[in-house]
Amino acid sequence: MFDLHGYFPMILQGMILTIEVALLSLLIAIILGLIGALSKLSKSQIARSSANIYTTLIRGIPDLVLMTIIYYGGQIQLNNIGDFFGWDYIDISPFIAGTLTIGFIFGAYMTETFRGGILAVSKGEIEAAHAFGMNRWKVFVHITMPLMVRHSLPGFGNNWMVLSKSTALVSVIGLHDMVYNAGVAGGATRQPFTFYLVVAMLFLVITGVSDFGLRWANRRFSVGVRRA
Amino acid sequence: MDYEVIFTNIHLYIEGLWVTIQLVFLSLVCGFVLALPIALLAICRSPWIQIFPKTYIYFFRGTPLLVQMFLIYHGMGQFEFVRESVIWIVFKEAYWCALIAFALNTAGYTAEILRGTIEQTPFGDFEAARACGMSKSTMYRRIILPGTFRRALPAYGNETIFMLHGSALAGVVTIVDLFGAAKVVNSRHFVPFESFITAGFFYFCLTFIIVSLFKKLEFRWNAHLRPRKV
Repeated sequence: MFDLHGYFPMILQGMILTIEVALLSLLIAIILGLIGALSKLSKSQIARSSANIYTTLIRGIPDLVLMTIIYYGGQIQLNNIGDFFGWDYIDISPFIAGTLTIGFIFGAYMTETFRGGILAVSKGEIEAAHAFGMNRWKVFVHITMPLMVRHSLPGFGNNWMVLSKSTALVSVIGLHDMVYNAGVAGGATRQPFTFYLVVAMLFLVITGVSDFGLRWANRRFSVGVRRA
Repeated sequence: MDYEVIFTNIHLYIEGLWVTIQLVFLSLVCGFVLALPIALLAICRSPWIQIFPKTYIYFFRGTPLLVQMFLIYHGMGQFEFVRESVIWIVFKEAYWCALIAFALNTAGYTAEILRGTIEQTPFGDFEAARACGMSKSTMYRRIILPGTFRRALPAYGNETIFMLHGSALAGVVTIVDLFGAAKVVNSRHFVPFESFITAGFFYFCLTFIIVSLFKKLEFRWNAHLRPRKV
């Protein structure tokens, strides 16, 4: 049953693309999450409400629908704007659309995770930093951020696991990731079950490795915490 | 922007909405029925019994729903004995394939939620039940499981919303659910932005209805955890 007829390298190539999409969108999600968390905790009413709208909107609409809105719809809107300013025709590649959408979606989830992490940093640490004469930026970079990491790691890990599985959706908008390639190989050899099972196993490998890495990070960032 | 097309095709969306609600509701019910025995097996002490539910949960939580659905929808046809037996009636229909995939998937997640909550039951509950002379089945039926369902409610609400969002995948395998309806409207009139935004709007409303429903349920079932009015 596991005769792959030489299609395995193609699946592995797709896996590399899947990992690329996942890591790039994770980067976008982290940046958006930090901005979102800071705006949710800021004093400005505008920043708070726009962050709230962002997180509620994203969490209310399925990722697949958001992806198609951005991929098909965003293309047209962008070119409408482009026509107005006299730009050339802009082509959003499925790679960019997929990565942006997944990053954009998980930015909303990261916002909540990071917000919780920042709130969990004890007030004394911040007060002490202020007492040392640090300005707000320095307090955030040197005190809040490193301490926040430990509190947000479990939520961050969950988000990453969900994110890496969401990358399978990019095959729907035509990106040649491992699910798409498995479909091609399965169609050509008339063994779709075999190839999709291989892809499922490869996803388990990705989640297994991430789980290992996250546990290591958790230990690394909780060095100073006493455990019973 | 051309919303005229959307209004003339609104019946498609309404039908799609109905299919989505059906799919989500049926898969949640089937998934829950499956999840309960899996969770109960997973809390068994014996490692030989534990291995089956743990593998099930690991597989269904560790792989994308899309791949699981393709495994059933595209994959089942690979086997001669499936194609020639009676169950092919089920597996050749996209609707049933999607429903089976969704139910199995949500069963994995729900089982993990239930397992976690059962394990967090305060030991005093077990002790008190045993002290009253309850048998194991009575104890689970009257004491442990009701408490578990109460405490699992917030996590289960999240799972319901994930299932709603996951159900959009049904549109990928030719089912005309909400997302499928948007695809049909887009392919007939080429209005990608308007058609998908409309589907998004319906999903958004559904999400909020589910959220408020679970809030009501929690208000009622977790009344003992409500902050006291002064």
